Amino acid sequence: MSLEALPLEMIVFVITAAVAAVAALLVVLHRNPVVNAVALIVNLACLAVFFLLLRAPFLAAVQVIVYAGAIMVLFLFVIMLLDLKAELHPPRAGAFQRVMAVFAGAAFLSLMVLAMRRSRSTFAMKEVADAGHGTVERVAEEMFRNHLVSFELASVLLLVAMVGALVIARAFAETPDSQEPSA
Amino acid sequence: MTAVLIEASVKVAVFLVLLLTVVAYMVWVERKVSAAMQDRPGPNRVGPMGLLQPLADGLKFLFKEDIVPANAHKPLYLLAPVLTLAAALAGFAVIPFGSSIEIGGRNISLAIADVNMGILYVLALGSLNVYGLMIAGWASGSKYSLMGGLRAGAQVISYELSMGVSLIGVLMVTGSLRLSEVVQLQAGGFWHWNLVTQPIAGLVFFVACFAETNRLPFDLPEAESELVAGYHTEYSSMKFAMFFMAEYAHMVTVSALMAALFLGGWHLPFFDLQQAGWSVTAIGLTHMAVFAAKIAFLLVLFVWVRWTLPRFRYDQLMDLGWKVLFPLALANLVYVGIGIAMGLPWLGGFTR
Amino acid sequence: MRPPTEWYLAIAALLFTIGVVGVLARRNAIVIFMSIELMLNAVNLTLVAYADSFGASDAQVFVFFVMAVAAAEAAVGLAIILAIFRRRRSTSVDDVNLLKW
Repeated sequence: MSLEALPLEMIVFVITAAVAAVAALLVVLHRNPVVNAVALIVNLACLAVFFLLLRAPFLAAVQVIVYAGAIMVLFLFVIMLLDLKAELHPPRAGAFQRVMAVFAGAAFLSLMVLAMRRSRSTFAMKEVADAGHGTVERVAEEMFRNHLVSFELASVLLLVAMVGALVIARAFAETPDSQEPSA
Repeated sequence: MTAVLIEASVKVAVFLVLLLTVVAYMVWVERKVSAAMQDRPGPNRVGPMGLLQPLADGLKFLFKEDIVPANAHKPLYLLAPVLTLAAALAGFAVIPFGSSIEIGGRNISLAIADVNMGILYVLALGSLNVYGLMIAGWASGSKYSLMGGLRAGAQVISYELSMGVSLIGVLMVTGSLRLSEVVQLQAGGFWHWNLVTQPIAGLVFFVACFAETNRLPFDLPEAESELVAGYHTEYSSMKFAMFFMAEYAHMVTVSALMAALFLGGWHLPFFDLQQAGWSVTAIGLTHMAVFAAKIAFLLVLFVWVRWTLPRFRYDQLMDLGWKVLFPLALANLVYVGIGIAMGLPWLGGFTR
Repeated sequence: MRPPTEWYLAIAALLFTIGVVGVLARRNAIVIFMSIELMLNAVNLTLVAYADSFGASDAQVFVFFVMAVAAAEAAVGLAIILAIFRRRRSTSVDDVNLLKW
């Protein structure tokens, strides 16, 4: 029995896609905000697996470190600090709005499927068998050669966000908390 | 492909068994070393010199009553220790234990998966470590646990930052994220070790490791006198044992990382075994022994520090992480950057 | 056997749609935020799928910047939610209605 014959990538893709979809539904539908957050973490991890399958190992690592490892920690912190219990009647929009939301979702989905169908002709899958695609060196080359200004602006943005978050979170507190984590 | 899979599975099985045995015996080491430091005998009833003590502890954990608090959120409550243990054990996959051994003509490298992004993988797993603590704290449904979980989470992410930045210095000198290359570039003698060429980075990383593993002096989240037992207050029997094991497994992982990144990995200074004509397998096994010795030294250091220093208060802990360690790590980065630009010989590890 | 790029785009579209429904149908501010993150991630997946099928590295750089911006936005947004919570003791967006006529 040879393992090369098994469509290993396909199997991994299908399993990961199923888990990601279920997790996304849990994020949106479950009433307990902590379960929502944990489901989002699972979803982000599935996306990291997708990035690995799509030959973007650096982005997979950054996804886990930044998104699943820092941003979601921030979310969990806020949820736990606010001690949001699973409400008996979770805050949901009125019935009309929920129905409209499903319609809007269906509209978006059909829009995207249409776009995909129309563009399929330009998709000639150029299997660019470039060994360095997606590695740290390649991404770094691209970023620091062609997008250096954007990189510097992104660091300024992060600084501004950090300062802003600190100011906003402290401004209204009578007894300021001494640790407000900001990503 | 089949051969690769079999090789990987065997390596995983062997390393897992070794790691879990080491974790179990860390309990014994801790109790014996602390006893020695406190001038008392320590466990000496169960087996010769108390060597069967971990077995007795394991049996005790198995037979204890499993209590689940009424307020607990069952799925997450059960998930948390599993998550912590998994993240702690998974870090082992990229650590190179030696160069390679030869079995039946095949050259088998002594790392389970020496990916070319080893350092990033390690950082990613460090980030995932937070969740076990925080979810355990919240899912137990008790105020002590919640506070412990939040404190642990804040502590871990603060020190994760300094850990990452200190690793960047090592990355700059090596020019690659692959852990085996980091080890390779420390060949030749004590003065090539990253601890000697970048002492500040080594110190920052080591202190950050204490904070990451929640060991004294940074163990406020599980402090007995302050928070009962912090985030694992409400856990009993096997789940508590998993947290326990996860803490020790994490200690072993960060010691292995420290040894690989800063203490020259599996290099034995002053002995060039290849010239001495040893076979590849013998050299590989010697490397493993040297690496194991370095890890053992670091583990004893962990225990030594725990029983020597008092615990940090929470604000002192956060101050240390943000106001002392992080600037030090940045200063090290500046030093390495300037050093490479000036072409300092001991930092000229890579030339592009 | 590599899954065709369309499949990745399909799952990204699905995740995006679920995010949209989440933003529109939930009232808890934090869950709305999480749905926004879901949408951002779906876009990231699309970008990386295209990067792979065309061998382009700048799409991957774009994803990097999207992650940086998402981090900044999450930090500031959660700070705002905390500040609002301190005043009104509620995270439901229905309760933030002082400017309503």
